[in-house]
Amino acid sequence: MADLSINFAGIKSPNPFWLASAPPTNMGSMVERAFDAGWGGAVWKTLGEPITNVSSRLAGLDYGGNRLIGLNNIELITDRPLAVNLKEIYECKKKYPDNAVIVSLMVESKREAWHEIVKKSQDTGADGFELNFGCPHGMSERGMGAAMGQVPEYTCMVTEWVKEVSTLPVIVKLTPNVTHIVPPGQAAQRGGADAVSLINTINSVMGVDIDTMIPYPNVNGMAAHGGYCGTAVKPIALNMVSELARDPEFNIPISGIGGINTWRDAVEFLLLGAGNVQVCTAVMHYGYRIVEDMIDGLKNYLDEKGFASVTEIIGKSVSRVTDWGNLDLNYDVKAHVHEENCIRCNLCYVACEDGAHQSFEFREVDGKRYPFVIEAECVGCNLCYLICPSPGAITMERRDAGGPAQSWRDRTSGKS
Amino acid sequence: MEKAFCTPLDITQIEKNFAEINPAMTAAEAGIEANRCLYCYDAPCLHACPTHIDVPSFIKKIASGNLHGSARVIFDANPIGATCARVCPVEVLCEGACVEKTLLKKPIEIGRLQRYATDYALANSKQIFTQGEANGKSVGVVGSGPAGLSCATYLARLGYDVTVYERREKAGGLDTYGMAEYKMSQAVSLAEVEHIERLGVKFLTNTEIVGQDAAEAGVSKTAIHSTLRFKELSDAHDAIFLATGLGKTNHLNISGEDLDGVIDALAFIEQVKTRDWKSIPLGQTVVVVGAGNTAVDALTQAKRLGGARVIMVYRRTEKDAPAYEYEIELAKKDGIEFVWQATPVEIIADNTSGRVALLRCEKTDGSGRVFDIPCDMVIKAVGQQKMRGFFESVAGVDVDEKGRVVINDQMQTSDPKIFAGGDCANGGAEAVDAAQMGKLAAMGIHKSLSGEIVTFAGAAIKKPEKSPAHAH
Repeated sequence: MADLSINFAGIKSPNPFWLASAPPTNMGSMVERAFDAGWGGAVWKTLGEPITNVSSRLAGLDYGGNRLIGLNNIELITDRPLAVNLKEIYECKKKYPDNAVIVSLMVESKREAWHEIVKKSQDTGADGFELNFGCPHGMSERGMGAAMGQVPEYTCMVTEWVKEVSTLPVIVKLTPNVTHIVPPGQAAQRGGADAVSLINTINSVMGVDIDTMIPYPNVNGMAAHGGYCGTAVKPIALNMVSELARDPEFNIPISGIGGINTWRDAVEFLLLGAGNVQVCTAVMHYGYRIVEDMIDGLKNYLDEKGFASVTEIIGKSVSRVTDWGNLDLNYDVKAHVHEENCIRCNLCYVACEDGAHQSFEFREVDGKRYPFVIEAECVGCNLCYLICPSPGAITMERRDAGGPAQSWRDRTSGKS
Repeated sequence: MEKAFCTPLDITQIEKNFAEINPAMTAAEAGIEANRCLYCYDAPCLHACPTHIDVPSFIKKIASGNLHGSARVIFDANPIGATCARVCPVEVLCEGACVEKTLLKKPIEIGRLQRYATDYALANSKQIFTQGEANGKSVGVVGSGPAGLSCATYLARLGYDVTVYERREKAGGLDTYGMAEYKMSQAVSLAEVEHIERLGVKFLTNTEIVGQDAAEAGVSKTAIHSTLRFKELSDAHDAIFLATGLGKTNHLNISGEDLDGVIDALAFIEQVKTRDWKSIPLGQTVVVVGAGNTAVDALTQAKRLGGARVIMVYRRTEKDAPAYEYEIELAKKDGIEFVWQATPVEIIADNTSGRVALLRCEKTDGSGRVFDIPCDMVIKAVGQQKMRGFFESVAGVDVDEKGRVVINDQMQTSDPKIFAGGDCANGGAEAVDAAQMGKLAAMGIHKSLSGEIVTFAGAAIKKPEKSPAHAH
């Protein structure tokens, strides 16, 4: 049975599944229940000067009858007194010495303020800190959260302040609300961070009630932009994780966050360079219990693939991510319809006709009309394969001779 | 009706037995089911529907919360879409063709979704279509069943002054009088008629069309019933659409057919439609002769009313039964007994009461064995007669060897002014088939009277065409 334990930037955890700093880690009793359910670690809901929240605070994105493929929130950091949180962290860590407890922090941008909260928090027995430089709503208006993470100089500076007094590993949580993720990541590294975590939530307006014409979430007739998370943000997170992972100047661990629902999602983050993963929205939707299949599925996957430890897969796909200019222009795939699996919904036909390259026609096979790929027209875009509802009905088949690769860079630099 | 010859059940139990077999969907059910639809292109369900309703379109409109638009798509192709949602043999039509049947062995519940959208329109009195600007021409429609209602609707949309003549008290034909009560109540059919009435279609009920030689035409002094000579009708309108359906139930042509306790299936079903449960004739042992869909309706309803033993007698084998397989399955589930390969030869009366006591049958399996089924009720469900006489001598149109009105693809009869559709022209099919013929007839009538070609939704299926730039 594969070993799931990790040592992330000096923080030991029985498995790579941590709860992200959010409502599921609001207090001791919750974190303890999460550990009982199997979570390896938890990043406590951000400590700071207690705030007052609004009601309501969340809004969901539904699609095709599925609830909450995306979630947005305007909840702020903890609204509980610092002393209460610190006491519960202490008790929790004492009770669960093998689980990782990370304290998330956010205070005003003053050296003394950061020194003070770090000092107060590290006596709790916690395993590390996460600096919340990512929260995009509310706190950022007060010069905190994303307001830090969006300016690499601030990120570096505050990280330095924390490192001046911290005896624990420091993780810097990055905001995705930047054009390019590498500069803030490098800034955190420069400031002495032991690791980064990403992504925090994305600026978003979730929608508008078309009857009242009030956007969501409605706070007495008004709304504010909030932080977007959940299933729908996973590709954005994967991109940012892999961008940092493949940056040659960046070499501290990455905690992957964003739209992780299952062990499969987790494996993808690990393959693209995350050293562990953090989960929130899926737990808010289904509860702590989801970790059971995450652990079970990950173990089975590793066993099946012949890996003895989860650490062996970290970063395994990073070298497979490159710039477009390096992709092989000679590689050629074509869609192929397998009539025996085709249910004749014709979605491939219309998708190709109206959304791609008009590469389908209908042909009769045994008296039934099937979509058929005209290979001369097919550009191998994948669209039909992606929308086909019937497993095995469309495959993408390699058609080039497998000769030498040639990229756009090769071509423009005169390489043949 | 004496107490002995009716349902033994209490009303609560009967109401339970006659609860809708396909109940209305909740909003949650409809949402989930609508989202399950793949939205196929050039979809097989659309092909399978005789009226070619754009099924994926109306389902996606349910999913998007556009119920008004969904009902429009349905009623545009089928003016009796609410009826068809309940009584169509969807298992062999749209749902039978659904690709989800291939993928998951579970087709989308198209019938119930159609009901969901059309119920919304009818319950909220949504006027989906409006009467066309009057074009000064009038059309008389004989019969207010599916074909008549459909034709009248499209003609009204085109601006014709349409009058529907119906000999019964209520409009709707078999929609109103002939559907198994657990599939659809009369109220639905009547709501649909009302929906069509709001397009300006006039319904003259209790009005029978008779020939020149009929003894007396006009309003009868003794009844509400009135008669109208076909010639008057023909003179009053620019075109006539015949949608008279079929005639009376066929005879068994055996002795004892006139006995007390012998009834024809349509009359029995019609009685059930009243929901006046205690007045519906019902024996303790009921034999239904025939194995068509009407026979099944009679069997299952006799059983649901509380018939202790309900038996089907059919001259051929189970696999020859003309009823849909799923209807036979329903009958089995309801506890119907089956006597295959036997034909009734005599109905024998009880000596004292004079009522049916025995149905004497003969095996048709070659053995020739004769046996008796003790019973106190016999329901005849051996098909309906054609109204050859009416068409030949009253309407004066050609009829084929099977007694069907001869029509061309415009639904035009041998008399260019007269069109026909529905059971009278196709020999007896589904309501949805009649609806399509009504639609085609309206197009034919319009072309004949105005020279203009109009194409209503689902009149024909448009084949997907390659975009010209990439045609191969």
